[in-house]
Amino acid sequence: MTSAPGRSWDRGLVWVGIFGAVFAVGLPLANVLGYVSDYYLNLFGKYLALAILALGMDLIWGYTGILSLGQAIFFGIGAYSIGMHMMLESSGKGVYGEPVPDFMIWNQVYALPLFWKPYTSAVFAIGSSLLLPALLATVIGVLTFRRRLRGTYFAILTQAIAFAVWLMLNRNEMKLGGTNGLTDFKSVLGFSLSSQGTLRALYVVTAAVLVGSLLLARAIVRSKTGLVLEAIRDNERRLEFLGYDTAGFKIFVFAVSAALAGLSGLLYAPQVGIITPSQVGVLPSLEIVIWVAFGGRGTLWGALLGAISVNWLRSVLTATYPRLWPIILGGLFVAVILLFPAGLIGLAARCKKLLARRRHGVVAAAVVAPGVNHHTA
Amino acid sequence: MHTLVAVLAAAWVLTGLGGRAAAGPGAFDLEAAASRLAAPATQKDVLGELAGSSDPAVERLLRALKDGALYAWKGRTVLLGDDGGLTDVAGRPVLDSQGQPAQLESGAEAVALDEAHFGLVRRTLERFEVFGRDPLKRQSAAFRLGTSGDPAAIPVLARALEGETNGDVRVALEDALAKLRLRSSDAADRLGAVKRLGWRASEAAVPQLQALLAGETDPAVRAAARTALQDIDRFVVQRNAIGYLFNGVSLGAVLLLMSLGLAVTFGLMGIINMAHGEMLMLGSYTAYVVQEIFAAWFPGYVDSYFVVALPLAFLVAGVVGLALEWGVIRFLYGRPLETLIVTWGVGMILQQGARLYFGDQTSVNSPTWLRGGAEVLTGLIFPWSRIFIVVLALAALGALWLLLYRSYAGLNVRAVMQNRAMAACLGVSTRRVDAVTFSLGTALAGVAGCALALIGTVDPEVGKTYIVDSFMVVVLGGVGKLVGTVVAAVCIGVSNKLIEPAIGGTAAAVYAKVAVLVIVIWFLQWRPTGLFAQRGRAATETA
Repeated sequence: MTSAPGRSWDRGLVWVGIFGAVFAVGLPLANVLGYVSDYYLNLFGKYLALAILALGMDLIWGYTGILSLGQAIFFGIGAYSIGMHMMLESSGKGVYGEPVPDFMIWNQVYALPLFWKPYTSAVFAIGSSLLLPALLATVIGVLTFRRRLRGTYFAILTQAIAFAVWLMLNRNEMKLGGTNGLTDFKSVLGFSLSSQGTLRALYVVTAAVLVGSLLLARAIVRSKTGLVLEAIRDNERRLEFLGYDTAGFKIFVFAVSAALAGLSGLLYAPQVGIITPSQVGVLPSLEIVIWVAFGGRGTLWGALLGAISVNWLRSVLTATYPRLWPIILGGLFVAVILLFPAGLIGLAARCKKLLARRRHGVVAAAVVAPGVNHHTA
Repeated sequence: MHTLVAVLAAAWVLTGLGGRAAAGPGAFDLEAAASRLAAPATQKDVLGELAGSSDPAVERLLRALKDGALYAWKGRTVLLGDDGGLTDVAGRPVLDSQGQPAQLESGAEAVALDEAHFGLVRRTLERFEVFGRDPLKRQSAAFRLGTSGDPAAIPVLARALEGETNGDVRVALEDALAKLRLRSSDAADRLGAVKRLGWRASEAAVPQLQALLAGETDPAVRAAARTALQDIDRFVVQRNAIGYLFNGVSLGAVLLLMSLGLAVTFGLMGIINMAHGEMLMLGSYTAYVVQEIFAAWFPGYVDSYFVVALPLAFLVAGVVGLALEWGVIRFLYGRPLETLIVTWGVGMILQQGARLYFGDQTSVNSPTWLRGGAEVLTGLIFPWSRIFIVVLALAALGALWLLLYRSYAGLNVRAVMQNRAMAACLGVSTRRVDAVTFSLGTALAGVAGCALALIGTVDPEVGKTYIVDSFMVVVLGGVGKLVGTVVAAVCIGVSNKLIEPAIGGTAAAVYAKVAVLVIVIWFLQWRPTGLFAQRGRAATETA
């Protein structure tokens, strides 16, 4: 996937088409016909929403080599934005019949806080879930990249910001539901969330948006900008000496990845029905990194594959071994980085090379995993 | 000036009352008083006379009256002891005509205490507590009498003061006297009391002083009361400032203790060890396990468990760190972001392992010699555990400094960190130096965890709550500089604790943390490499 721009794009596009046909058309059709249960369709909707998040992380970490541990904040902004809108849509229908969401009544808040007011508008909510993360990322980017805070410093700073946001979101005074987050959504854009039709539509929208995001990410990584991004990952200092304003590129890719994360949250919240601070913090940010690393860092398909497979694994394992899941996830962190630095895609590539070598008897050059940078300095 | 007045006033009080007290008990006929006490008609009068007494015999008498152990026996008034024996009011055993210990005849009725006088007896008995054996009880009794506003307690307090040798109790007695004398009818008495309270900056006297000011007519006393209130106000402000500062320094010491290890692994070696917090957790659990072992097998020595736990925590975390370096980190040198992810994974495993094994929350009891605190100013107590942590942080800092900058091993460490290839060429085993240095960093985290177990709970999340702060400290201080870590830790600690009261409310700690974070980010705009930046080539390579 790291080929020069303009070459063999047809084949890649064909794969995108197949992916779109299977997930955006095939799966919902199978659901209508009764081959796929509603539960699994909803589950896949969740995975596909998270795959958008992984795409963003891949752009900034996989391609540009910047470890942002703030992605979960952007995801949270998207999810909370639509969550607030859905809460307002169903307000008045709650247990207390008040015009504010129920959790506010528990905290003795009877008038809608000012910052909630614009979220009565669906357009504002959707806009805010996309633009607010991008804006925040731009601000953080200007404050850090322009001042040449990079590498581990950037990771630690974004981690600290994620920690701070998590701390604040847990407080009831923030009027965002505290530890319990936002939940008990009744409808989205006027469609009842208890109807299977709405959920199916949400799934189709998610799959379509994922395909769109994939195309956007492809366009970016295959453009000249994409080459600069990879060059930043491989040797930023040299690029600076060549006269490139690397900070500008970094801010751009950070903003795009943040908007993708917001988009992911926007699609995730209505399908899952809850958003809590536990999904906005350092650990969730790092988990996204693991999805990307597991699937294959620096390849867009790897990000998709990683997000879907790790989350599927999570669904299965948390159901059967809930107490062991953190240990398994931690082990995955260690194993993926140490043993399969190129992830599933790299593994597949290696297998293919091995097979080819056996078939042709050619001594292949040692496989260098794409996108893995052994000398990040 | 008013100090002198206060001392003079106190001296005057002492001599004046001392004389009266000396004349008191001798001239008093206790036997007669006791017999009048037994008669319902005169009971009230006698109680009034006894109210100002400090004679232990009076206390015994009144206690017997209250407990129903006072009997009229053959024209005398006797006390029934717990052993059934009779004593007279002076405490001598009562003998019958044959010279044998006397017995009460059956059916004898105790002297009745009129219900109306019950409160008076109780109050009088309470006053005797200032003569008790336990200095702490004497002190608190003095305080109670001072706030009771009962002028009858004045002579008792004065007499207690006369015989008191314990300095703390003397101060408490004098305070109590001053508080009671605020209500005195003599303006000079009031003036002396007001000045004494102002000089003592006694916060507890504020309501009384304000009450005095409201009704006072004497201009000199009014002026003195106003000055006293101002003095007290100023003292409280100063005391609070010192308190916040101490809290800040103590938090700074906590941060320093946590960050010292990180200053080695991240600052010197450039390894982002996200499992650093879990090394801290290991130290905490070591303290817990050692405590449990002592409680189970050496209950007599439970107090000294901490002396064993501290070095053991160092060892445990150090050995785990060595294993971590050997098993994981050594494959990832020069790849900080990968190290971050892997060590976070290791941290998750350790954390969940601890949760599965130890459960969600356990706690460590401070050894008795670390409980309580030192009262630095009136109403300002520095807990020993906090002071211990400050001392421990300084000791760890000193030891680390000596090790790094004044020992041959430290020379090797610095050589490898500054120029690995050159150090290797000169025969330094860089592999061994890496392993030992990393293990030193984690061992320091273990010590920190062991110490922090004293002031917080021991739970699997303990590492995660500290890790972000520790990294902020090292980043703010500038990597590779011990002095930076120290300054940054104290700065973050103090600013946290100064911002907290400014914000107020239940969530102050959270918002203060966020505010400090914002300040740190802003500061890094201005100096991206931290307070004490490393210069030269090494600096650009670690970033």
